[in-house]
Amino acid sequence: MTTTTQSQALSKQIRRSVLTQSKRANVGHIGSALSVVDLLAALYGSVLLAHSEDDSQRDRFVLSKGHAALALYATLHATGRLRDGELDSFCVDGSALATHPEHDLSWVDFSTGSLGLGISFAVGAALAARLQGSRRRAFVLLSDAECNEGSVWEAVMFAAHHGLGNVIALVDVNGQQALGYTREVLDLEPLSSRWAAFGWDVHEIDGHDVQALTETLESVADAPAKPHVLLAQTTFGKGVSYMENTIAWHYMPMSDEQYAQAIGELDGVS
Amino acid sequence: MRNAFIDAVQEIAERDRRVVFLTGDLGFTILEPLAESLRERFVNVGVAEQNMVGLATGLAEAGFVPFVYSIATFASMRPYEVIRNGPLLHSLPVRIVGVGAGLDYGHNGVTHYALEDVAIMRAQPDMTIIAPAEPAQAVAAAHASLEVDGPIYFRIGKTNAAIPGFDGAFELGRLGLIGEGRDVAIVALGSMAGEAVKARELLQSQGIDATVAVVASVQPAPVEDLIELLGDRPLAVTVEAHYRTGGLGSLVAEVIADHGLACRLRRRAVEAMPRGLTGTQAFLDDAHHLSAGALAATIAGELTQNVF
Repeated sequence: MTTTTQSQALSKQIRRSVLTQSKRANVGHIGSALSVVDLLAALYGSVLLAHSEDDSQRDRFVLSKGHAALALYATLHATGRLRDGELDSFCVDGSALATHPEHDLSWVDFSTGSLGLGISFAVGAALAARLQGSRRRAFVLLSDAECNEGSVWEAVMFAAHHGLGNVIALVDVNGQQALGYTREVLDLEPLSSRWAAFGWDVHEIDGHDVQALTETLESVADAPAKPHVLLAQTTFGKGVSYMENTIAWHYMPMSDEQYAQAIGELDGVS
Repeated sequence: MRNAFIDAVQEIAERDRRVVFLTGDLGFTILEPLAESLRERFVNVGVAEQNMVGLATGLAEAGFVPFVYSIATFASMRPYEVIRNGPLLHSLPVRIVGVGAGLDYGHNGVTHYALEDVAIMRAQPDMTIIAPAEPAQAVAAAHASLEVDGPIYFRIGKTNAAIPGFDGAFELGRLGLIGEGRDVAIVALGSMAGEAVKARELLQSQGIDATVAVVASVQPAPVEDLIELLGDRPLAVTVEAHYRTGGLGSLVAEVIADHGLACRLRRRAVEAMPRGLTGTQAFLDDAHHLSAGALAATIAGELTQNVF
C-alpha cells in the first residue's frame, strides 16, 4: 500500500506530464485525461499485479475510454514502465503513442479508441482467466458517456450472468461528453441502480481519493461472486481551474498563457 | 456442409485445448454434440454479436483460439467494427463462422441473405476468407485453418451435396479445378460450384468445353492459379451468390486488370437488393440468373457472339 503522500505525488507527476505533453504536441483531450489521473494512480500505484509485461499471468487493464491515452502513457512513465524518450514521442510522426492507445506499445494489452468495445475485451480476458484457472483479473476503465453504447450492456449482462467476479470496471463519471453534459445529451441516471439492476456489485466513490480508490479496488478483488463496478465521481479537467467542468476542454489545446497558468495551479496544489 | 464443418471443429477442439466456441444463440440441432464435448469451452453468449467478437478478442489475447458462430449476415455485419478493431487490429486467431452463403436462407427473407459479406471482409487486408464448396472441402478447410495465425472468416453454405468430379481438397491461395475445357472458365464462389458443374455438363452437350474453377480460398486470393487459368482462355464467367461489387467477380476483374490478361469477363451476381423476392434457394438462384441454365445460356451467347 502506498501512502497518501506518495499517491498524491504520483497523481501530480501524471498531471504534469499530461499538461507538458499535450502542450508540446498541441493536442486536446486534456480534460478527459485529467479526469482519470487518480484512477490510474490507484491502479498502477499499487492495485494492478502487473510487474512484467512478459508475465502472461499479469492483471489485464483496458483503457476503454481510449481518448484518455495520454493519462495512461503518463502513468506508465511515472511508474517506470515507459522511458522518457518514449513519452516524448507522444504524437510525433511515426510514433506508436497516438491520442488513442495502440497495443503495439509495451504495456498496452488492447488498442482502443472506438467507444464501447473495451469492456467486451476485458470480460473476454476474465473468462479466459477462469478457463485457465488463473487468479489474474481484468480491469477496464470506461467513460460515463461510453455507456451510451449498447454493446457495453451486452458485456455487462454477460459478465453478471457468468458471475465473473474477476472483472473490475471503473466508470469515470465526470458528467460530460463531447458536445455537452451527459444529463443533457443522453441522461445516464440513475446510473448506480442501472448497474445494480444488471447484477453488478456497485461502489460509488470519490474518483480523486486515491487512498479510498485503492482500498476499494483491493477489497472488491477478493469478492468473487459478482463483477464489480466503481462509479467514480470525478471532475472533468481536475486540477486546472479553467478546464474544470467545461465542455470546450474536451477538444481544445492550450495557449502558452493557459499552459503557464495550468502548471502554476498544479504546483500550488500540494 | 454445416454439420461436416462443425464435426471437424469438434475434432480439432478435442485435440487442442486452446479452442473455445461461442455462439450468438444459433445452431439448433447443429451444435449440441460440440457443446457437450467442449463443456465449459462452449458458451452461448446470447443474441449479442458485438460482445461475442469482443469476448473472442479477450480470449484470444490470453492464448485461446475462439470460434464465433452465427448466421453470416449477423456474424459479419453487426460486429464488423469489432472484428476490425479486435481480432484484425490485434492479429489474433479468431475464427468467424458465418452460416448461409448468399441466398441459402431462402424463405427467411432478405435480412438473412449474406450478399456483401465477402466484399466487406475482402476490404480487410489481413482477413483470411474461406468459402468451401461442399462438405468434404469444409472439413479440409477447417483443418487447413490451423496454420493461420490471424483471423479467418468462414462462409459456410447450407448445401450438403458433394460436387461431382471435385476432390474436396483445400489449399490456401489455390483454385480447385474440375475439367480442362479450353473454351471458357466458369469461376465459382464456394457453394455456387454445384451450379457451375451442372452448367459445364449442359455446355458439353452443345460442344463447348468448360473448366470449372472453385474459389474457396477467397483471401489469400488464388492469383497465380487464376493467371494460369485465364491466361489462355478467351472467356471467363464468374458466378457468386453475392452482390456484384467487391465479391468474386471483382476479384477476378482485378487479377485480369493487374496482370494485363486478354480474357473477356462476364460476371453473374445478385444485381440489387432483392426486396420482396423470397423463395427456395433453387428458385432464388434462378431468379438471379445464377443457376446452371442461366450460366450455360450466358456462355453460349458470349461464345456465339465471338464467332460473328
